[in-house]
Amino acid sequence: MTILSEYLKERRNEEWRAELRKKLKGKERTSIPRVKMPEVEPQERTKHQNVEVNLGLTEEQALVEASRCMDCATPTCIDGCPVQINIPEFVKNIERKEYGLAAQTLKKTSALPAVCGRVCPQEKQCEEQCFYTTKLGKDPIAIGYLERFAADWERESGEMSVPECAPANGKKIAAIGSGPASLSFAGDMAKLGYDVTVFEALHEIGGVLKYGIPEFRLPNSVVDVELENLRKMGVKFVNNFIVGRTASFDDLKEEGFEGFFVASGAGLPRFMNIPGENYNGIMSSNEYLTRVNLMGAASDDNDTPVLRGKTVAVIGGGNTAMDSVRTSKRLGAERSIIVYRRSRAEMPARVEEVNHAEEEGIEFMNLANPVEYFADEKGRVNKMRVQHMELGEPDASGRRRPVPVEGSEEDIDVDLVIVAVGVSPNPLIPSCLPELKVSKWGTIEVGDNMQSSIPVLFAGGDIVRGGATVILAMGDGRKAAASMHEYLSGEQKND
Amino acid sequence: MHIQTVISTNSNFMNRIVDKEFLSENVVKIVVEAPLIAKSRKPGNFIILRISDKGERIPLTIAAADEEKGTITLIAQKVGVSTEKLAKMEVGDSLHDLVGPLGKATEISKIGTILACGGGVGIAPLLPIVEGFKKAGNRVISVLAARSKDLIILEDEMRKWSDEVIIMTDDGSHGTKGLVTEGAEMVIKREKVDECIAIGPAIMMKFTSLLTKKYDIPTQASLNSIMVDGTGMCGACRVTVGGKTKFTCVDGPEFDAHQIDFDEMMMRLGGYREEEKKDYERFMSQV
Ligand SMILES: Cc1cc2nc3c(=O)[nH]c(=O)nc-3n(C[C@H](O)[C@H](O)[C@H](O)COP(=O)(O)OP(=O)(O)OC[C@H]3O[C@@H](n4cnc5c(N)ncnc54)[C@H](O)[C@@H]3O)c2cc1C
Ligand SMILES: Cc1cc2nc3c(=O)[nH]c(=O)nc-3n(C[C@H](O)[C@H](O)[C@H](O)COP(=O)(O)OP(=O)(O)OC[C@H]3O[C@@H](n4cnc5c(N)ncnc54)[C@H](O)[C@@H]3O)c2cc1C
Ligand code: SF4
Ligand code: SF4
Ligand code: FES
Repeated sequence: MTILSEYLKERRNEEWRAELRKKLKGKERTSIPRVKMPEVEPQERTKHQNVEVNLGLTEEQALVEASRCMDCATPTCIDGCPVQINIPEFVKNIERKEYGLAAQTLKKTSALPAVCGRVCPQEKQCEEQCFYTTKLGKDPIAIGYLERFAADWERESGEMSVPECAPANGKKIAAIGSGPASLSFAGDMAKLGYDVTVFEALHEIGGVLKYGIPEFRLPNSVVDVELENLRKMGVKFVNNFIVGRTASFDDLKEEGFEGFFVASGAGLPRFMNIPGENYNGIMSSNEYLTRVNLMGAASDDNDTPVLRGKTVAVIGGGNTAMDSVRTSKRLGAERSIIVYRRSRAEMPARVEEVNHAEEEGIEFMNLANPVEYFADEKGRVNKMRVQHMELGEPDASGRRRPVPVEGSEEDIDVDLVIVAVGVSPNPLIPSCLPELKVSKWGTIEVGDNMQSSIPVLFAGGDIVRGGATVILAMGDGRKAAASMHEYLSGEQKND
Repeated sequence: MHIQTVISTNSNFMNRIVDKEFLSENVVKIVVEAPLIAKSRKPGNFIILRISDKGERIPLTIAAADEEKGTITLIAQKVGVSTEKLAKMEVGDSLHDLVGPLGKATEISKIGTILACGGGVGIAPLLPIVEGFKKAGNRVISVLAARSKDLIILEDEMRKWSDEVIIMTDDGSHGTKGLVTEGAEMVIKREKVDECIAIGPAIMMKFTSLLTKKYDIPTQASLNSIMVDGTGMCGACRVTVGGKTKFTCVDGPEFDAHQIDFDEMMMRLGGYREEEKKDYERFMSQV
């Protein structure tokens, strides 16, 4: 901690930063209103599955927003960022128009800034801890927007730097799964000179970034550029390869793999086990989003179908629920309804997505929970019974517990229901490694250094956390890379 | 060795079709290069393939594998767009994607007498299971059923691994005229059966299951639910077994037939019928 604050202080004392601070008075900075993200109009954007809603800040907007930041002596914003990006340094680099340096600052700690700038729940992380929020009661610096600006600028400038890699050390490492945890792990290991292969069960590389999060929030092209960069660093990608099935861990060891990083995600959808839940027209958000995002089911050119509905109910209040309900609107639903058992304030989704959903005409039925489904003679759902709830005492998560209101049942006509009530850890890897320690929730148990009960096997991301965020998964990948490097180098010395 | 080749070529060239043959007008057999799967597969496992980058992911059982040659054999019945397209692929073409082996393997041990019931293209997935039970030292009696003679596939291969093969056709054009259940009941009445395996259309499995339940014979059925990923990620393949929701791709595909809710399963199989029909008509109008 003290090392970090020393470092931050040193950087802050650099001449250019001191100069920049003098350019505007504090009062002038704090009187500038927070920038508004330019976006595609709701009527227009709901016509397309693949049009990104946020357009990104213009250069002028970014400059003004960056000048709001006070370059605080104690930058509390950094405490809110799980990977402790040096926020004032990258923001101040934007203010002095050194966009490339801003991007480099980001890349020192974050492997995927263009992704995190778009999908981090900033309002609960960096921006929540910003001086503007904590001390001034004003809108925080738009750290996420600025992060996206710098990363996009670098990508679009064509001057994307390929990080330097240490000379090859000939050690083969396997990363299992190709989501954010694995990608950041692979990048760091490649930089250290390892020969990294990423194995992915699906036919596409990218994990949830590809099959889950829709393109209207995170275009595939943004992810593809990052993958291309990793390829340039020598990382190999193998799709259609399920570790533990296509080949076992022992097979890979025989092939000379010396270290394993498991980042297989939390891909097991939960259902509610209520009557009628297996009728046609009721599916998990994973199925719905996979059909649309991974299989391209919205387009006639693709063979994979997806059910469409006139009235779509999406159960849940997280990012997955918002992505599903907004997708249904884009696929032509007349009514798309979020059914959530708590109130809006408790929704785990990013606030921006909830606002966007509302602008797009999504209806919110809060404090309600489905209890039963009904179907027509062909078995297609046509009605759901919801029970209304009220908020009681706070539960373990600190949120007020929803309590059913007796006799409050109501029937609603629906013809498509998407269940987005959470996921469990993917059981595939633990099931084929009996000696691997897992918790009672099925997550892989690791120490602080991300090492599991099998010394050569490290793990991170959702398979360890049981459903978290992109930035936390990425942070795990980086930590695991550092620890695995230490472990493998130490082992070498002992030989 | 093979893993290294897969890594350096990024897998796709491996999925080359090396042999193809029509077993009947609507049933095609293809042999595909897939050395890793050929090595790791067990009876009961399946794969998922995609024909092109716009194709859907379809599950097919691994009917046979040759570990030395590094190939697997798939047998598919033309029922819709993807299987039509598969049947049109030629030797030398490569499948765009191929992943596996998926699903739980059949539990094979020495039990005694096995009654193996196969309906239509269900005979294909039944073959490796019959082979497995025979090799484990069981007496195997196979009952193969279809609408007519030309729809009975793999008869010779089945004979190779069965002590007896009984053929049933709806129209009597081959073997005995009648349904699979009639052939099965004849065997059950004749001798002690320790376990039954049924693979075929859902309706055939349902009635076979009802029959063996009457005689209290443990029975496994292999379900062919609708699937997307095949790795337990989507839940499209869910079925109710013993009152609990199970995912066919990871918990199955074989389940205790007496516990399966076949009516729900059949209802779910029809879940995309209209969408598939539209796709099929569009495809057939282009060829
Ligand atoms: C719809 C949706 C929206 C989300 N929105 C946000 C958001 O806005 N902001 C945010 O921060 N987070 C969001 N999240 C959460 C975030 O995406 C995850 O926390 C993150 O992707 C986890 O990363 P991961 O690397 O652990 O695994 P994943 O991204 O889940 O990737 C795991 C990969 O491993 C593969 N795999 C599994 N087993 C094997 C095996 N045996 N062999 C080979 N491959 C295997 C899987 O196929 C998968 O592709 C969202 C999640 C979803 C589903
Ligand atoms: C684990 C598993 C193993 C399988 N093994 C084999 C196999 O070895 N050989 C084989 O030929 N098929 C097998 N199947 C079924 C096969 O996957 C489907 O027939 C195929 O996906 C159909 O794709 P399609 O695009 O050609 O037809 P679609 O367009 O998807 O369907 C066309 C029509 O056929 C119906 N249909 C779809 N699937 C089935 C089905 N499973 N049974 C009966 N009718 C269906 C549809 O309702 C629709 O009306 C298996 C399925 C599973 C889940
Ligand atoms: S990575 Fe996320 S939490 Fe960290 S600064 Fe960027 S947007 Fe904020
Ligand atoms: S707390 Fe806010 S104002 Fe202060 S340095 Fe961080 S972003 Fe800038
Ligand atoms: S096919 Fe997706 S969970 Fe079984």
